[in-house]
Amino acid sequence: MSQPLINWFKFASPASFYPLAGKLWPWFAALAAALTAAGLWISFFVAPTDFQQGEGYRIIFIHVPASWMSMFIYCVMAFWSAIGIGFNTRLSGMMSAALAPTGALFAFLSLWTGALWGKPMWGAWWVWDARLTSELILLFLYLGYIALTAAIDDPRRADKAGAIVSLVGVVNVPIIYFSVKWWNTLHQGASVSMTKAPTMAATMLWGMLLMALAFWMYSIAVALYRVRSIILERERHATWVAELPEMQR
Amino acid sequence: MKARHKRFAIILGGLAALGIAAALILNAFQSNLVFFFTPTQVANGEAPKDRAFRIGGLVKEGSLQRTDITARFVVTDTAKEIPVAYTGILPDLFSEGKGVVAQGALGADGKFTATEVLAKHDENYMPPEAKHAVDQAHEASKTLKQ
Repeated sequence: MSQPLINWFKFASPASFYPLAGKLWPWFAALAAALTAAGLWISFFVAPTDFQQGEGYRIIFIHVPASWMSMFIYCVMAFWSAIGIGFNTRLSGMMSAALAPTGALFAFLSLWTGALWGKPMWGAWWVWDARLTSELILLFLYLGYIALTAAIDDPRRADKAGAIVSLVGVVNVPIIYFSVKWWNTLHQGASVSMTKAPTMAATMLWGMLLMALAFWMYSIAVALYRVRSIILERERHATWVAELPEMQR
Repeated sequence: MKARHKRFAIILGGLAALGIAAALILNAFQSNLVFFFTPTQVANGEAPKDRAFRIGGLVKEGSLQRTDITARFVVTDTAKEIPVAYTGILPDLFSEGKGVVAQGALGADGKFTATEVLAKHDENYMPPEAKHAVDQAHEASKTLKQ
């Protein structure tokens, strides 16, 4: 077999991923800060007032990117879980565990900002329609994953159990996304989708996309940072950890 | 077949089975998953008769009348219409020609008495000037047709 350009499996080893993640995360954190600043500036000062909702609509600049991230992070967790079960790699379980708190945070943000918007616009903080309910289930799936993996002492077994939860739960993600199409819901349909032109003003759209990018960078940065802590905690008895320069002090 | 191929096959098979199961369940509970019924569905007798339910549609242009704090308006899906009466405060986004969802019961006279009215926002986000331009274009096309 010919030698591939990059040996991806090299980075499946915690010992070689730890320094890589350490080098990468500050870059993603810096990008996240810059994009958030630009995104918030457009959101608050450049984007025009909505013809109907007034200034209250500006909550979408957090709400929509947070909802996208909450669904996407879950898919990434399910991906790592499948890799973990299939290839039996240790790092994939750690990646899933590192992503879960961020995903839960975004699911919560999505529900919370949605409630704040719902009261003035719809006239209700919360309704049990398909979109809202399935997003709430997503938050519970995240919390369930975190609780389950925390309850099992052996990390390898915890990863296995968590992987099954995240793979089973991934069925919920398309339900959330398509709920507004499949059923009558109070929640409006998608303003931005891959199949049709966005139904919002261009500057509003730019603000939202910048915020979405900022949330991506933030998620990558904190996931890398968190996975370093998880690696250190689990491999604390390994020789390579003892040989790390930061352990010599 | 290597052991890891087998494991991936099990994951794929499991996901497919779960997906099919979820699709079947959601399909079976279709009528419980809708948040509201349209006037056409109500006319066809699809709405529950023995309990309160929600109707949804557009507030018909020119149908809104207010007496004290009771509002009367017509909910339409452009095919069928249902008259609605509601006593209470209407949400800010409530207006003629816009989406609305009302919870309540349908009387024998075909009138809907609402206990709660929610405004349904659409997916359009634009500045007031753009809305003005859209309205003008709309008016222009109307006059051209006549």
